[in-house]
Amino acid sequence: METVKLYSKKKRKVPFKQIKRDYRLYLLLILPVIYFAIFKYAPMYGITIAFKRFQPGGGMLSGEWVGLLYFKKLVQDPTFWNVFKNTFILSFSALVIGFPIPIIFALLLNEVRNNKQKRFIQTVTYLPRFLSTVVVVSMLFNLLSPSTGIVNEIIKFFGGEPIFFMNEASWFRTVYIASDIWQFMGWNAILYIAALAGVDPNLYEAARIDGANHWHQVVHVTIPGIMPTIVITLILAVGNTLNLGFEKVLLMYNPKIYETADILQTYIYRLGLASQIPRFSSATAAGLFQAVICLVLLWTTNQLARKNTDYSLW
Amino acid sequence: MSRIFNYKNFLRLNHVIMFVLVLLTLFPFLYMLAVSFSSSRAVMASEVFLLPKDFNLVAYSHVLKQDQFWIGYKNTVLYTALGTSISLTLTIMAAYPLSKKNLYGGPLVMKFMIFTMFFSGGLIPNFILIRDLGLYDTMWAMVLPGAMNAYNVMIMKTFFQGIPDDLKSAAKIDGLTDIGVLMRVVLPLSKPIIATIGLFMAVWLWNEWFMSLIYLKSDVKRPVAMYLRNIVLGAMNTIKSGQQMDQHSAKTVPATLQASTIMLTSIPILCVYPFVQKYFAKGILIGSVKG
Repeated sequence: METVKLYSKKKRKVPFKQIKRDYRLYLLLILPVIYFAIFKYAPMYGITIAFKRFQPGGGMLSGEWVGLLYFKKLVQDPTFWNVFKNTFILSFSALVIGFPIPIIFALLLNEVRNNKQKRFIQTVTYLPRFLSTVVVVSMLFNLLSPSTGIVNEIIKFFGGEPIFFMNEASWFRTVYIASDIWQFMGWNAILYIAALAGVDPNLYEAARIDGANHWHQVVHVTIPGIMPTIVITLILAVGNTLNLGFEKVLLMYNPKIYETADILQTYIYRLGLASQIPRFSSATAAGLFQAVICLVLLWTTNQLARKNTDYSLW
Repeated sequence: MSRIFNYKNFLRLNHVIMFVLVLLTLFPFLYMLAVSFSSSRAVMASEVFLLPKDFNLVAYSHVLKQDQFWIGYKNTVLYTALGTSISLTLTIMAAYPLSKKNLYGGPLVMKFMIFTMFFSGGLIPNFILIRDLGLYDTMWAMVLPGAMNAYNVMIMKTFFQGIPDDLKSAAKIDGLTDIGVLMRVVLPLSKPIIATIGLFMAVWLWNEWFMSLIYLKSDVKRPVAMYLRNIVLGAMNTIKSGQQMDQHSAKTVPATLQASTIMLTSIPILCVYPFVQKYFAKGILIGSVKG
């Protein structure tokens, strides 16, 4: 009895011996941990600014507590609700359209048997990922320009009226999502391509013996084979769904298309950093709003995935 | 029915799809390249399609004469080199101890880092932090805020774990400390992952403009991406007053100039990736699926 008790007590103790042995490893960890504490966790503490009357010149710890004042102001602001709506519409259409496309692309690419062609296609489709947002947006302005842009030349060629895509609220979402697909389809497919390469060839062999044709093999072997990757990526994508390509929107939009293009992050940016009277507290409150929704979305998707499939993040 | 939709026809169709995709991906880039070598007149008259019209180098020579372009370029190279080195060093310093299975507290530290992937302070608290730390309008504001992230630590850690334990313990028996094992055994075997993460960081830093918009005040510290933004979207100082740049001021910079600036700023970073490409798939897969 006594030995058992001693043992369990011992186990709970901090293993100083081990820590002493590994001290060099802990020394290595010090700087990274400090980094995370300062650059990631200090801003989390900074969220308290949303609950304080913050003086723009003051430090992160200054200001008097005002409770939910800025949240109340926020929900009374019609702009906020428009921005909120835009963020949801844009992120969910981007997710619904943008998520399956890399998977389909990976599946199709998997059917290209010639390895040289395969590599070439991959190299080309990765390329846009390496362009800066500024470059992508300026290409958009160029290609979609109503006077000289190639897209409008084509429209004119077929007898249509030129469209000023970048200045039409109704076109914003289409242009945003289409250019996103152009930029990231190939890159996002990498994961699936790698997962496809990892599917056990014996399974195909077995399926063929059972009389499965090519289509059956795709449905019963290939897709289940990459399912874990799909689910994990989906969870992460949903968790990140509100964190849109903010920089791209910022470069693309102008007051004329705020109606559809203004999203939470651009609103936060205008409120906090781009206005003459920075409203740090309101902007932080809006940011917290978004961060909490993201966290809830992530958690919900993960729970759903865990219940309905065997895969989840935690 | 099945005659038409048989596998052979599918393969043919698939080749067509792939061909169209490759074309669509390359077209905007080739078009900009053609514009950059064409005359302004030809561009205005919409005569440029895939090949330059009235071939000339006027736009390039004009851009290369701009002081601000060179200042920006120099800054970008500096930020990219410095930022990538800092980022790799810190990531390795975190990933190596965490790759040890029996490090006391290791999993806790990993959770501490992973949490930041899903929750963050947001734009304003980050801005205030940079200001409070005295980094505003210094080059550190460009290289430090994004230097580390949990995702890269996870990828690196998983790669380190994949290196056979026998190698590590053999080196230890030969008298190397943990640090010695890292420097002389683990790092030389980790070139693929170092190249991949290094490239991620380099690409990101090379293209970064938003941080320079909010964290830098002086023109002499601005990276070339910011110069490009100003050329492309015009209106240097309207951002400060809260107005968005209007499209009319953008028209004051000829399309050929924009295109040549785009080429000059994009091509260097595009030249790097084919060399590192072969490592991507492995690196990314390790990090996100088994992480």
